[in-house]
Amino acid sequence: MEKMITYQIKGLVKEYPGFTLKIDDLTLYRGEIFCLLGPSGAGKTTLLRILNFLEEPTAGEVYYGGVKYTKENFNPPLEIMREITTVFQRPALLKESVWNNIIYPLKIRGQKVDREEVMAIVEELSIAQLLHRPCTTLSGGEAQRVALARALVFKPRVILLDEPTANLDPNNIRIIEDMMTKYMEKKPTVVWITHNHFQAKRVGDRICLLEEGRVVEINDKENFFTNPSQKRTREFLAGEMFY
Amino acid sequence: MSLLASLQEAIYLLVTRDPYVMDIIMVSLNVTGVALILSTLVGVPLGAFLGLTDFPGKPIVTALLYTGMGFPPVVIGLFTFLLLSSVGPLGHLGWLFSVKAMIMAQTIIAFPLVAGFTMAAVMAVDQNLIQQLKALGATRAQAAWAAIKEARIGVLVSIIAGFGGIISEVGAVMLVGGNIEGKTRVLTTAIVLETRKGNFGVAIVFGIILLAITFLANLAMLQLQERDLFAR
Repeated sequence: MEKMITYQIKGLVKEYPGFTLKIDDLTLYRGEIFCLLGPSGAGKTTLLRILNFLEEPTAGEVYYGGVKYTKENFNPPLEIMREITTVFQRPALLKESVWNNIIYPLKIRGQKVDREEVMAIVEELSIAQLLHRPCTTLSGGEAQRVALARALVFKPRVILLDEPTANLDPNNIRIIEDMMTKYMEKKPTVVWITHNHFQAKRVGDRICLLEEGRVVEINDKENFFTNPSQKRTREFLAGEMFY
Repeated sequence: MSLLASLQEAIYLLVTRDPYVMDIIMVSLNVTGVALILSTLVGVPLGAFLGLTDFPGKPIVTALLYTGMGFPPVVIGLFTFLLLSSVGPLGHLGWLFSVKAMIMAQTIIAFPLVAGFTMAAVMAVDQNLIQQLKALGATRAQAAWAAIKEARIGVLVSIIAGFGGIISEVGAVMLVGGNIEGKTRVLTTAIVLETRKGNFGVAIVFGIILLAITFLANLAMLQLQERDLFAR
């Protein structure tokens, strides 16, 4: 069956003083987890922000849903923006209860809260006991699980995960990975930044290695880890490149 | 009149709820209350906008706002007087020496305080949170409202500052209100008048009431703050 395209990136350039992200050609598909690996400062987060239309490129084209977005029109309609979400490494929660945080995306969309649906996500993420707690009292792992629940309640088509499990203990990591695996039944497009090779192996369908703002290699999981096409990828996997 | 006799008179006026005193209290609360509501309605959205938005000329607008925060109230009273005088651009309104003129002057005094402190409070909200809200599908207005709610303690402080700036103000309301008994006489102008007349007892009563109103208003706002703090 032919894979459905979510994003197509052509000739993307994003320039900052002293740094340029340049991606000539990248396609993201529906129903896949696309893992982004690479050292700090490689441009992974910048790419994520562009995919969420939070930052406009300096040049190039981003096609989403078949519509071309360039620097000139990099502000899609609200209904398109509301198909995409990001979970940041450091969870940014409102100073309200866990429940209010989780249902926030539904409230701003004027949607009725389907308690059963929300609770299914809440149970899966093991945060049912936290619902009435103020978010300022949560641990890092709890806060990240709340942030993920909030990102999933409105059933986004694209989920951009910026190192969501960095600094979390193995139990929290497992809960988040299990949740995402389950959510993949809805066939979203997921871009997942991670520094953890093992995590990329566990959850990723395709893996991309970025280095200094350039794509080193994009490959399916098996080939990326067992038979990479680029010498730099082999060095990266062997830990020789950056560590 | 001795100080003791003045205090005795003050207590008597308070206990008997003297009509003259009560009338002045009501005018004070009316003027300050309406001016505070108006300055909050203008100042909070303006402060939030300035705190969340970058645009050309923002430094100039911000500098003007900060200037407004430190502007001598009596000068604002003078400008308001000139605006509302019979030869002024708003003279046709016929507001001079009325409660409306006093409300106008006090609103102009308070709104830069409310807007300035609100701006600072909103700017202190975590920028990651604003980005996150946008990434969750919030419109600019929804993100701005969430930022105001996040900065609610600071916004409350801005309203307290605005209240403090006008409840104790005397120069502007004296100029544009005229201190007319039963019409535009408020606590501060009444204190000035009664002291000049040597009616220290009455002046003390007004002073005590002014302090009590300020204290109670701040206590109420503090309660709100603490409730919020305990909710964390």
